[in-house]
Amino acid sequence: MLGVVRRKLGFGLLSATRVLPAGSVLPKKYSTAAKEITVREALNTALDEEMSADPKVFLMGEEVGEYQGAYKISKGLLEKYGPDRVLDTPITEAGFTGIGVGAAYYGLRPVVEFMTFNFSMQAIDHIINSAAKSNYMSAGQISVPIVFRGPNGAAAGVGAQHSQCYAAWYAHVPGLKVLSPYSSEDARGLLKAAIRDPDPVVFLENELLYGESFPVSAEVLDSSFCLPIGKAKIEREGKHVTVTAFSKMVGYALQAAEILSKEGISAEVINLRSIRPLDRATINASVRKTNRLVTVEEGFPQHGVGAEICMSVMEESFEYLDAPVERIAGADVPMPYAANLERMAVPQVDDIVRAAKRACYRSVSMAAAA
Amino acid sequence: MAAAAAAARRVSCSLLRRDHRHLLPLLRPFASSAGGQPQLTVETSVPFTGHKIDPPSRSVDTNPSELLSFFREMSLMRRMEIAADSLYKSKLIRGFCHLYDGQEAVAIGLEASITKKDAIITAYRDHCIYLARGGSLVESFAELMGRRAGCSKGKGGSMHFYKKESGFFGGHGIVGAQVPLGCGLAFAQRYLKEGTVTFALYGDGAANQGQLFEALNISALWDLPVILVCENNHYGMGTAEWRAAKSPAYYKRGDYVPGLKVDGMDVLAVKQACKFAKEYALQNGPIILEMDTYRYHGHSMSDPGSTYRTRDEITGVRQERDPIERVRKLIVSYELATASELKDFEKEVRKEVDEAIAQAKESPMPDPSELFTNVYVKGFGVEAFGADRKEVKAVLP
Repeated sequence: MLGVVRRKLGFGLLSATRVLPAGSVLPKKYSTAAKEITVREALNTALDEEMSADPKVFLMGEEVGEYQGAYKISKGLLEKYGPDRVLDTPITEAGFTGIGVGAAYYGLRPVVEFMTFNFSMQAIDHIINSAAKSNYMSAGQISVPIVFRGPNGAAAGVGAQHSQCYAAWYAHVPGLKVLSPYSSEDARGLLKAAIRDPDPVVFLENELLYGESFPVSAEVLDSSFCLPIGKAKIEREGKHVTVTAFSKMVGYALQAAEILSKEGISAEVINLRSIRPLDRATINASVRKTNRLVTVEEGFPQHGVGAEICMSVMEESFEYLDAPVERIAGADVPMPYAANLERMAVPQVDDIVRAAKRACYRSVSMAAAA
Repeated sequence: MAAAAAAARRVSCSLLRRDHRHLLPLLRPFASSAGGQPQLTVETSVPFTGHKIDPPSRSVDTNPSELLSFFREMSLMRRMEIAADSLYKSKLIRGFCHLYDGQEAVAIGLEASITKKDAIITAYRDHCIYLARGGSLVESFAELMGRRAGCSKGKGGSMHFYKKESGFFGGHGIVGAQVPLGCGLAFAQRYLKEGTVTFALYGDGAANQGQLFEALNISALWDLPVILVCENNHYGMGTAEWRAAKSPAYYKRGDYVPGLKVDGMDVLAVKQACKFAKEYALQNGPIILEMDTYRYHGHSMSDPGSTYRTRDEITGVRQERDPIERVRKLIVSYELATASELKDFEKEVRKEVDEAIAQAKESPMPDPSELFTNVYVKGFGVEAFGADRKEVKAVLP
């Protein structure tokens, strides 16, 4: 476990030297004992800084104000910015999302929080038809600088109606950008990028990651820090098999990579960060190096993110594949409640390890196992 | 069958029951305004009916140039819509085309009461609102025909006209969606302290949409300067209002939000109501205006409009309540112009529309590269693909 942290630390510092946000002054020295912050703090500070930098940014959603946020992501913001900029809404997603999009039409920069993305379905017409398509239909007259954010995917024991992953659905739509952070650095950099972006962004967080701590460099903590949209991050370099993942599954993939390394398989773990635009270049470059691919996602398998990645690799790097692409996804069932069934419905580290081994030892056929 | 006919009669009787034979208004003596133009005061056809609010007076101030401009603008709109009908039938306009003829007084009366800094948002019956907000005939026809000179460069079509710089935010295809969006525009106006208002237009069909009530609730809670305008033309697509709404008193549907019922065929009544509503909304938050209006065409060009209403009803409204005829009679009775001068006016309007169509026809279709423009404001050099991605792809700037 400590080994994983140390490796992440190394990568954190490395990426800090590569990313040079425009207009910022590089700190003179890095503290080698890196600070750790939770994803929750990362999101909170990102929101705070962007609201401070631009008076047009405001936050609206259920319980974001007086309750300090259903998951405490917006803690302290009402007190700091007042009720005109941190707005508690009634439990009426279609209405308040439409209002948010209309405010964006006029030139404000709303951040609309969905308590979970399951409730975004009540407002999905506004996300797709009112937000995503407007710049195109108006030939550039009506741009929509809005962010829709909130927890996505499975939590723990919340059942079928509260556990769906919406990455594939939203990433399907041209005109939207879809981001999904894993670490605190991701959370800060991507949320800031999303708020500054002039297009509608769907920002898929994960409830179970909110409390996880990650080391962050001084650069990440700087208020000008921003990550590019559309660029994946290689969390761990490897030689034998590429594993793509986003959000919580990145953590699982890293754990799987550690287990695989002990068996002599070096896995390269790619944290997608951006589901749309998808960083096809990074994924394909990696597959051309490793020749094998396992895609990992939490959501339902059919027509999922992994299916798109697989197709992209088929189109661009077919000759480089030494094995068929493997796909690990949530089970093709509504999320059950019982703990044992729930465990079967969501990918586990073992599943990723097994798929990677299959990709590497394809000659161990299923016929042999049968 | 008998029940349907009885139902149709019920609707048409209610429309004709209003007494419009006294089209000559109660004349007030001419008073000179400061600018030297004689000020006229005209009574609206019927008094306003209020819900939880004292309605404004039915005496409306106007002047000769305003009345003449009303006549001209409404005639232009009428002519544009009729021309669009022909263009659609000759297949130069494709897809959806929802025509506004009959409802011109709402667009014109509204525009007369506000500035271009106020915002308007409507649904898909938007050609005339676009014109009223300062859009040109050429851009309108070109957009309908999918040409690059169109207001949305040919990429939007009939339902997606916009003119942001004069406060027109479209042009929306999803019934009812424009109402929360309009409340959002008002939210921004209040947030930025602009002292302006938003008029969110919707039909009697959209009036039953849940999101409307969600947005109205929030608007009332947050005192948003939004005016919800129900253009009640009595039919939501092919369904008469009494078959779709348990309570078709749309001006009362706001419950805790006050409302006003307005004769939407009387441009001066519309102007008065909108002026009143703007003042109200700036101080108090949302208000609902129900415009009692009528569309001569069916819901869209694929709807003949005669299967759910009688031809007698349509011709009856045309004879008794046509908004252009009302203004014509006013102008003639006040001797601001003769009937034959107005006829010449109309010939000019026809010519103007014909010229605009000819000019729009000359505009070419959009360049194929436009398929991939405006997907994003900022594309980061991302690739986008056509149907055969090995053949057609582009980089989004």
